[in-house]
Amino acid sequence: MKNLITWVVVAMLLPIPVVAQQSTQSPQSPQDSSAMEQRIKDLEERIIALEGQVRMLKATPAAAPAQPSPVPGGATAQPQVATAVPAQAQVPAEAAPGALPVYGGASASAKALNPDISVIGDFIGKAGGNSVQPTPSLEMHESEIGLQAIIDPYARGDFFISFGESGVNLEEGYITFTALPAGIVAKVGKMRSAFGKVNMMHNHVLPWVDRPLVTNNLAGGEDGIDDAGVSISRIIPAPKGLFLEATGQVFRGDSGEDDSPLFHASRNSDVSAVAHLRSYTDITESTNIDIGLSYARGHNELGTDFLTQLYGIDATLRWKPLRRSIYHSFVGRGEFIWSQRQQVPTEQRAFGFYTSADYQLGRRWFLGGRYDLSDRSRFANLTDKGGSVVLTYWPSEFSQIRGQYRHFSYADNLSANELFMQVIFSLGAHGAHPF
Amino acid sequence: MRIRFGFVVLVALGFLPGAFFSSTPAQAKKLNVITATTDMAALTQEVGGDRITVESIAKGYQDPHFVEAKPSFLLKLRQADLLITVGLQLEIGWLPPLITQSGNPRIQIGANGYLDASQFAEILDIPTGPVTRAMGDVHPLGNPHYWLDPENGRRVAKGIAGKLGELDPTNASYFQEKFQDFDKRLTTAKQKWDADMKPYHGRKVVTYHNSLPNFAKNFGLNVIGYVEPRPGIPPTPSHTIELIGLMKRENCKIVMVEPYFDLKTPNSIAAQTGAQVVKYLPSVGGEKDVTDYFKLFDYDIALLTKAFQATQ
Repeated sequence: MKNLITWVVVAMLLPIPVVAQQSTQSPQSPQDSSAMEQRIKDLEERIIALEGQVRMLKATPAAAPAQPSPVPGGATAQPQVATAVPAQAQVPAEAAPGALPVYGGASASAKALNPDISVIGDFIGKAGGNSVQPTPSLEMHESEIGLQAIIDPYARGDFFISFGESGVNLEEGYITFTALPAGIVAKVGKMRSAFGKVNMMHNHVLPWVDRPLVTNNLAGGEDGIDDAGVSISRIIPAPKGLFLEATGQVFRGDSGEDDSPLFHASRNSDVSAVAHLRSYTDITESTNIDIGLSYARGHNELGTDFLTQLYGIDATLRWKPLRRSIYHSFVGRGEFIWSQRQQVPTEQRAFGFYTSADYQLGRRWFLGGRYDLSDRSRFANLTDKGGSVVLTYWPSEFSQIRGQYRHFSYADNLSANELFMQVIFSLGAHGAHPF
Repeated sequence: MRIRFGFVVLVALGFLPGAFFSSTPAQAKKLNVITATTDMAALTQEVGGDRITVESIAKGYQDPHFVEAKPSFLLKLRQADLLITVGLQLEIGWLPPLITQSGNPRIQIGANGYLDASQFAEILDIPTGPVTRAMGDVHPLGNPHYWLDPENGRRVAKGIAGKLGELDPTNASYFQEKFQDFDKRLTTAKQKWDADMKPYHGRKVVTYHNSLPNFAKNFGLNVIGYVEPRPGIPPTPSHTIELIGLMKRENCKIVMVEPYFDLKTPNSIAAQTGAQVVKYLPSVGGEKDVTDYFKLFDYDIALLTKAFQATQ
């Protein structure tokens, strides 16, 4: 493909010196010179068109077969320069030793077909003690590697592999089928489930250093509901201006922390399911509201006969004035979760929530706060609560420095005052996250 | 039993709404075009005339690098027959997830209804050496603000006209006629713009972001520096002092700023160098009365020539 383009470019460029020589030999009429100008202009246009095609070819996904370049006149021009071509054509190939053909060699640039690769580092330092939820003083909390690419015209793939200090975890790895009929979008693989808002978020996109108490107490902790399975979602037609999306997911049935799982499959048939309904509307061009209903159901570690069910409501109010969008914004959010856990001797019904607000003070500064309250899923009469104040500084889009002061009052009359410092830094091309 | 429950949930939430309400857009009527920015919408409107509908996702007064991927945009995208992007990674921060979630096979990247308009345009500032983020938020494929050169507007309009004709062959000749008409009007308009700008050929200017290389090349401006120390990095005191020094040495009297940037630093630079701040528009729709591609240049060139006269 590239060779062909080189041919054509050469073919087009050759006439220029020839024309130029002619013009110096014989005095020309104004007509000639304007015709020549026109001709040069036409050539320029064709070169720009060709450059554009080369760029497109380099970026084309592997699955698209090489198309003959539809350049008018290209074919007729080739014979003229046939002798010059072999030498010319080899140059680009030799100049790029890494450019071996891949996937059938639709493109000469092998690198262009690599997935987008990113690494996100998440470092956390802490001062202050906490005997209920102990965390280390200095910790490279997570290093997340993202590999993302379009697989073929029908699907894209996303992998997020997180390296903790002591182990590796496939945080997410799934294929998204984007070209299904009837507007259905399906995902297959391991993924963070669509239960509420925080459960979908990776650590580095949270506006806090930690996750809310209710996530830890009721919804599976840092990993949350993150399991292997199938997800199907579809936008539901609604009155104008209202966005409604329904998501249904079925998972193997293993979620949560290893020592106190949220869901556990004792048998293969103990699958878990998550359903989510999202509604969204723009109030003005700067303000919008986003409300979701979630339901999750699975079996817990006590066995097949013991179910845990979660009900959730999430609400988000966002404000971002478009004319000053890079300087000021506000996000207010709350998530309310009810847990119903069958266990011996009696079923435990627990409730928890968080509410948070984040305001962007300037291009680089964000100030936020969060209030937490949650019962414990296994002992619903025990209630933990607390609050945090967060200040975040963005040196650029690709790094963040965050300080968070957190006070928790645990049910067992223990309290903790902690000061966190977090640095998040991102390398490479990390795809945008869901809104 | 338990497996069945899971599938009931899946079916109820995924498929049933699809079966009940599956509303396929009426293909027989006008092509529904969604563009990433207003400039692409304006060019599409020129060649599409009344045989298409076109709407932009971003507003003209918004920084096109930082658009929020709002779900309401999905409602537009799922009905689109054609999605036209500026390309060169301008929309990389927000458009890809919208495309993925739209559930619309027609506009997926590589599909027939996805058009990256940068393929038609002359692209400047393509980095030749290795690209690192130490350079700031550089665009490794070249400068994406190419539409501010009328010649590129012409090329893109031609490309769009071809694409519209491919998707709607019955109107192909109509789109070509519309393009010919646009081509003529643009040539006439450009003669006037060139004439207006001619006295100021070679004038030195400073811009906030590096978004004017194509404009500068076409109209003969000499961009000597940027208020941003690196693309996408907000102004720093040390860089601002350097820039003030440079402007004084070079006798540069114009600071061009996009409407979505804060004017504090540009104003203080202007105060110290005797320069004028020109709040130019990078996109159609940046001001209420700038409703098409021609008015965008009319507006900017009027502003600039006025500022050049004032700082003679």
